[in-house]
Amino acid sequence: MTPAADPLLDVEGLCTRFFTKAGVVKAVQDVSFSVRRGEVLGLVGESGSGKSMTGYSIMGLIDPPGRMVAGRILFDGRELSSLSPEAMRRLRGNRIAMIFQDPMMTLNPVLRIDAQMVETIRAHGRVSHSAALERSREALVKVGIPSPDERLKGYPHQFSGGMRQRVAIAIALLNHPALIIADEPTTALDVTIQGQILFEMQKLSRETGAALIWITHDLSVIAGLADRICVMYAGRIVEEGTTADVLTAPRHPYTRGLLDSVPANTPPRERLRQIPGMTPSLLEIGPGCAFRSRCPRAQDDCEHDPEMRPYGAAGQAIRCFHPLEAP
Amino acid sequence: MANEETPFQRIVGDFVADPVAVFGLVLLTIIMLIAIFAPLISPQNPYDLAQLDVMDSRLPPGTSSPTGGTFWLGTDDQGRDMLSAIFYGLRISLSVGVIATVIALAIGLALGLVAAYFGGRTETIIMRIADIQLSFPAILIALILLAVLGQGMFKIIAALVTVQWAYYARTVRSAALVEKRKEYIEAARCLALAPPRIVFRHLLPNCLPPLIVVATVQVAAAIALEATLSFLGLGLPITEPSLGLLIANGYQYLLSGKYWISFFPGVALLLTIVSINLVADQMRDVLNPRLQR
Amino acid sequence: MLVYVIRRSLQAVLVMFVMSVLVFVGVYAIGNPIDILINPQADQNEREHAIVALGLDKPLWTQYGKFLLGALHGDLGRSFVHSTSALGLILERMPATLELAIVAMLIAIALGIPLGLWAGLKPHSVAGRSIMAGSILGFSLPTFWVGLMLIMVFSVMLGWLPSNGRGPTTLLLGIPVSFTSVEGWRHLILPATNLALFKLALLIRLTRAGTREALLQDYVKFARAKGLSNARVIGVHVLRNILIPIVTVIGLEFGSVIAFAIVTESVFAWPGMGKLLIDSINLLDRPIIVAYLLVIVFMFILINLLVDLLYSALDPRVRLTESKG
Repeated sequence: MTPAADPLLDVEGLCTRFFTKAGVVKAVQDVSFSVRRGEVLGLVGESGSGKSMTGYSIMGLIDPPGRMVAGRILFDGRELSSLSPEAMRRLRGNRIAMIFQDPMMTLNPVLRIDAQMVETIRAHGRVSHSAALERSREALVKVGIPSPDERLKGYPHQFSGGMRQRVAIAIALLNHPALIIADEPTTALDVTIQGQILFEMQKLSRETGAALIWITHDLSVIAGLADRICVMYAGRIVEEGTTADVLTAPRHPYTRGLLDSVPANTPPRERLRQIPGMTPSLLEIGPGCAFRSRCPRAQDDCEHDPEMRPYGAAGQAIRCFHPLEAP
Repeated sequence: MANEETPFQRIVGDFVADPVAVFGLVLLTIIMLIAIFAPLISPQNPYDLAQLDVMDSRLPPGTSSPTGGTFWLGTDDQGRDMLSAIFYGLRISLSVGVIATVIALAIGLALGLVAAYFGGRTETIIMRIADIQLSFPAILIALILLAVLGQGMFKIIAALVTVQWAYYARTVRSAALVEKRKEYIEAARCLALAPPRIVFRHLLPNCLPPLIVVATVQVAAAIALEATLSFLGLGLPITEPSLGLLIANGYQYLLSGKYWISFFPGVALLLTIVSINLVADQMRDVLNPRLQR
Repeated sequence: MLVYVIRRSLQAVLVMFVMSVLVFVGVYAIGNPIDILINPQADQNEREHAIVALGLDKPLWTQYGKFLLGALHGDLGRSFVHSTSALGLILERMPATLELAIVAMLIAIALGIPLGLWAGLKPHSVAGRSIMAGSILGFSLPTFWVGLMLIMVFSVMLGWLPSNGRGPTTLLLGIPVSFTSVEGWRHLILPATNLALFKLALLIRLTRAGTREALLQDYVKFARAKGLSNARVIGVHVLRNILIPIVTVIGLEFGSVIAFAIVTESVFAWPGMGKLLIDSINLLDRPIIVAYLLVIVFMFILINLLVDLLYSALDPRVRLTESKG
């Protein structure tokens, strides 16, 4: 399905910070990207790279002591950060939906599944209880859950991990959102189930035409699913491009390092490769390129902040003074 | 790491961060000083019958006394100066509360450590008894004990001790169980150190923080319980009135408007308990390892 | 579920049995049963008569058998002062105590949960902090003194409410209750509020702690991500989760409320079991004390049992593990 021309979501210069007793945590720094209708964007990074926080910022779910301090989030032409809480609430679960990492924690353990699904529908429209129940039932069927009528009356702990995540996906789709933000939805699941969920998500996004932002640390997961990829490091986007570009010909040393460290990418009998050093604490980020202490290509000018520089025709961009050449 | 501070310094530092807690501590210190120096600062010795004149009885606050001073808080039905009676009463209430808590702490500590260290049936028996006792309200246990034993200072303390020991035993045992699993105890055992030594030098210091908090709260509870028992007529004998008994004395005059006989001792009791609770609350937050950065 | 009910009930019976042994040992073996059960004012002849009649000259286990038999038949001795069945006297006074305790508990719940919820939602606001400060005051104030102050303010100074006694009673299902009339309420409100104070403070603190913890949970974030209104997130998602432990605490505290009623009844001269107990202690009417003990123990065990069953009914996770096991 070819995505339409005008972007559904346009994020520009997003900055989210947490003002804690220990100092200011710069969780998201100057993040810009856009997502077109029906497009699948992969947001890739290690834990602590700010990818989840980006998702929460878009949804307006950053709690004190955190705050979005700068930037613009345009969704369907509307500036999200200037919306009233009530207007934002009407968008959540309705036009923008979110799927979280661990469904056991995100589904309320003491409420029945049907209650948790019906309330999502009725929060966004005047729908009768029986009509909402019917829609919930259909949603469960669509995500491949057998005996939906029984399942509706059950409680979260009666489901397996994969099933619970399917329920979470079903809930996200209930109100036919235009954008779904999935925050590491398969990380907590068994590898075999991961594949199923991935397939499910891909099918559903194609069928419904919903745009998808898939947040993950696992490059292999994103390979078959995403149209475009943004790589994040220490709260910033360091590389952006089509999936093919980023995965086969990465320009940023960090992306190269990430790809190399995937065990499957190491020829047999060779030592596993890893990026030296550790991810910096977001509390102590100073000026300059955040990756320079671990980068084999770092030089003196890397002490200045590199900007995102676009190149190519397909909306690629890179934040580096000394990128790798494309082979 | 910039400056290293000892645990004690950190505790003190965290404690004074909250102005309410500091207020509580100041108040408590004042009260304790009053209790300790009561004989020196009271305008009158309320137990010295020679100084009392029943003609002075039931005078409202602020009346001047025949000896030249002022009955700042009025007098009770026997002509006692309320202020002095309250000072002495504070003394009794505080001493009974503290003594009972200390004894209960010692017993509870010993039993808790024994239960944790030896485990097995010993532990089960001790903890079962503690649990059963804790499932009944303190006032009931105390009442029944006093009904059986009769009145008197020692019996009150015995009742208060019986009510309290189980808290300490349970707290100590939980803390000790956590410590017991840690490796340094294994190491000490391997070195064939005698059990008492392991218990006192290793287990004990780590069980102290929660104990201190519980003990502080319990002092307040013991004081309140003693006051209640005295009010009900089952507490301390009339010759050495604690605050509870003073309040009881004033009960009958309440309806005729002579409120001060009950009111002021009550305020003193209230201030004591509140200040102890404020201090205990802050100590609980400060000593709680889970709340440390 | 049925298996669980049966198992718990059997446990309760066992505990009751054990407690009866304890009371028996306390009275007959440790205390001097002659003093406890025979009127100290009886002369030598009556004493000897009573000793034989009560079987105090027989071996201990025979006496226990007799005691148990008597207890099961509702005979726990006769009051020295009133010369009627001790158990009967206590049962006569029970409705008054229960009425006081239930109203007090209702006040504590109706005020405690909403206030605690508010303090948990806005812990750093002026309202939140004052509620917490108030709660510290609530459990620091000795109950009996608060009662006295309530009398002082509302009865003596303002003259609005009576200072003692119970209002007129009507029969409801055969039990005399006084909340059916305005006059009954006038007598009820002060002692009930006094009794409620401590539990109110407790509930506020408990609810606040539970709320603060619940708000950090992922399911709250998820509920907001679904676009649910604040009212629904708090009123349904948060409340349902914190109610479970709170309900159990309420149930367990109810027993303690009945015990604390002893003090309130003394202050307000409320004609309940508690006042009877204090009077009996002062008058050395020991059979009443024994009877009171047994009744209270029974009530406690019953309450504990009901709370356990209620908990398993409320928490779906417990229900299912029990049925599997």
